[in-house]
Amino acid sequence: MSSILQAKEVVKKYGDYTALNNVSIDVPKGSIFGLLGPNGAGKTSLIRIINQITAPDAGEVLLDGEALQQFHIKDIGYMPEERGLYKSMKVGEQALYLAQLKGLSKSEAKKRLEYWFEKFEITDWWNKKIQELSKGMAQKIQFVVTVLHQPKLLIFDEPFSGFDPINANRIKDEILQLRDEGATVIFSTHRMESVEEMCDHIALIHKSNKVLDGKLIDVKRQYKSNTYQVGVAASDNAQLRKTLNEKFELTDASFKSIDDDLKVNIKLKNGDTSNNLLSFLTSKGNVNHFVEVIPSVNDIFIQTVENNN
Amino acid sequence: MNHLPLIIKREYLTKVRNKSFIIMTFLSPLIMIGLGTLIFYLTQLNSNTERTISILDETGSIAKVFTENVDEDSNTKYNILEGITLEEAKKQVEAAEEYGLLYIEKKEAIEDISTHIKFYSEDSPSVTFISRLERKLSKKLTGDAFVSNGVDVELVDKSKMDVTIVQESFTGERSSKYVNYSKLGFGLAAGYLLFMFIIIYGNMIMRSVIEEKTNRIIEVIISSVKPVQLLMGKIIGTSLAGVTQFLMWVTLGGIAILVFSAVFGIDLMGAQAQAIEQQALLADAGDISTQVKIAEIFQSLPLGNLVVAFFIFFIGGYLLYSSLYAAIGAAVDNETDTQQFMMPIIMPLVLAVYVGGFTVLEDPHGTVATVFSYIPFTSPVVMLMRIPFGVPIWQQLISVLILYITFTGTVWFASKIYRVGILMYGKKPSYKEIFKWLKY
Repeated sequence: MSSILQAKEVVKKYGDYTALNNVSIDVPKGSIFGLLGPNGAGKTSLIRIINQITAPDAGEVLLDGEALQQFHIKDIGYMPEERGLYKSMKVGEQALYLAQLKGLSKSEAKKRLEYWFEKFEITDWWNKKIQELSKGMAQKIQFVVTVLHQPKLLIFDEPFSGFDPINANRIKDEILQLRDEGATVIFSTHRMESVEEMCDHIALIHKSNKVLDGKLIDVKRQYKSNTYQVGVAASDNAQLRKTLNEKFELTDASFKSIDDDLKVNIKLKNGDTSNNLLSFLTSKGNVNHFVEVIPSVNDIFIQTVENNN
Repeated sequence: MNHLPLIIKREYLTKVRNKSFIIMTFLSPLIMIGLGTLIFYLTQLNSNTERTISILDETGSIAKVFTENVDEDSNTKYNILEGITLEEAKKQVEAAEEYGLLYIEKKEAIEDISTHIKFYSEDSPSVTFISRLERKLSKKLTGDAFVSNGVDVELVDKSKMDVTIVQESFTGERSSKYVNYSKLGFGLAAGYLLFMFIIIYGNMIMRSVIEEKTNRIIEVIISSVKPVQLLMGKIIGTSLAGVTQFLMWVTLGGIAILVFSAVFGIDLMGAQAQAIEQQALLADAGDISTQVKIAEIFQSLPLGNLVVAFFIFFIGGYLLYSSLYAAIGAAVDNETDTQQFMMPIIMPLVLAVYVGGFTVLEDPHGTVATVFSYIPFTSPVVMLMRIPFGVPIWQQLISVLILYITFTGTVWFASKIYRVGILMYGKKPSYKEIFKWLKY
């Protein structure tokens, strides 16, 4: 898969403070790329460089293989975390203006806006001023404005904040659909469950350095600890726990079960396989529950950040 | 992609459609006219107060100057007392609640009379009123003195000579003090206009930059356009709105004056026609001084130069200052934080208007006036004041050059601050910090 965006060894300094220290990322075409990191890690600095709001002090950024240039702004749609619109301007007028700044002609912009406004059932907002709308309503306009010029690359910074669950879902579906239509999405958020749900690639920036990146599946494989959550009903659960403890590393687990199970997490030792464990367990009792413990993005995030502190 | 026209259009339309802008555009001339009328009315009211004073004239010959040849517009009544003593007169005047009592004591010598005139009153009388009395008495007594000294008064009147020095430069340009006054008037008007324009519309630019910050839209905008483009678009768009407002004021002001004069019955046209008739009469009579003066003033003003210079300096000065205003707007989060940065901007402007006004009046080509007409932060105002008096083209060119070079500098400076400042939230920056931004 070819890359739509490559940042190579990007350095950004503000005075004595280094915001980005040799950060490289590679965003594959058609992916949903999660850009993660604690507050103040340097995510926004990187996003601003991609949007040509600021220039890197060293390194380069390639869009579709070309070094970033002014005309690339029409290929990028950016919804910043600090979002806003002109409060005293009318919705329609404002959307037209912002679309024209992205290089759309007025008539084309109008046509596409009508499509989106109908899709979101907000056509009667056209002549309202932003200050008359609620925050969530304004966010919808912001979303439409971001995607209107059909950019190849969409960058969303905390896209779901301010939305109620129904509208957040709606926006999520729209983002997925845009991806299916060929756009690539960079997604910066602290809501790990949406990363889990949507992203196929992630990069984690911590203290101005990239500490982790790759396909989400590969990252998870890398972080998995060969642990299985099991529920076994034996004649003597206490005896079974004792036997298991000799062969494996045990911790208590909790999950819902209708049987009177021994519930434990079992970590395999080197050389053991899940089949060995399963056949061992079946010889001891009824196996009602057997699941591999996959590290969540949340766990990976916390673990990586703590390891790098 | 050049978005400049688009940005200018938006800035212009937002400003022009803004409710307070529309209200101010229509209300300002009304307020100005209302204020003018009020001041006019109040002064009228003040000088219309009827006063009665009594005069006790022991000489019996002087008081008649007040009753003979009374000016029609005078609102002082004179009441001549006879055959009573000073004490009685005082009581009478006090009882009648008159404004005061003028007492002329009888003396042999006219010089003695002139030094022994007294005015009694409850409150101290107004300065203008006393000097009016003094003028009348002095004229009368001087006349009397001439007569008693055997001088022919008619001969004296005939012998009075008025002197107006005709001024001419070596190249043959004539001028006079009237011409000089009107030149100064032109200069001051141009200077003040620029000053007002910078303050009003500079502030407007600053507010619109702050608005973009507080609305948090700035990041969306500058992911589409270059900050310098946005900055220039703002400055030009707001200026155009300013020019629109200004033209509206001129038009509305004209209409308002016409309506006002029609309603209140002040016959401006009639008065003008009368004046023209009078002038024609004067011209017929061979006295063409008024017409000559007006023509002289217009001929002596370097009109072409003035108009061209006005536009060049006006635009240069305005751009110079408004880019600084925009930089301030970018550096702060809200208007209250702008105070500390406003002083250094306002100071040179005020300096230009006052120092310019005084030194140019004193000597349009003196060292101070000349130096101030080179310094870019004062040159637009001071040079505009100097030009009516004739400034060599090379001086003007140097000044323009310095102004526009500095302007390029301030735009660079402003866009540096702008670029960093517009993305800074929640901090009240110090000068030190802003200086650091220049290096980012």
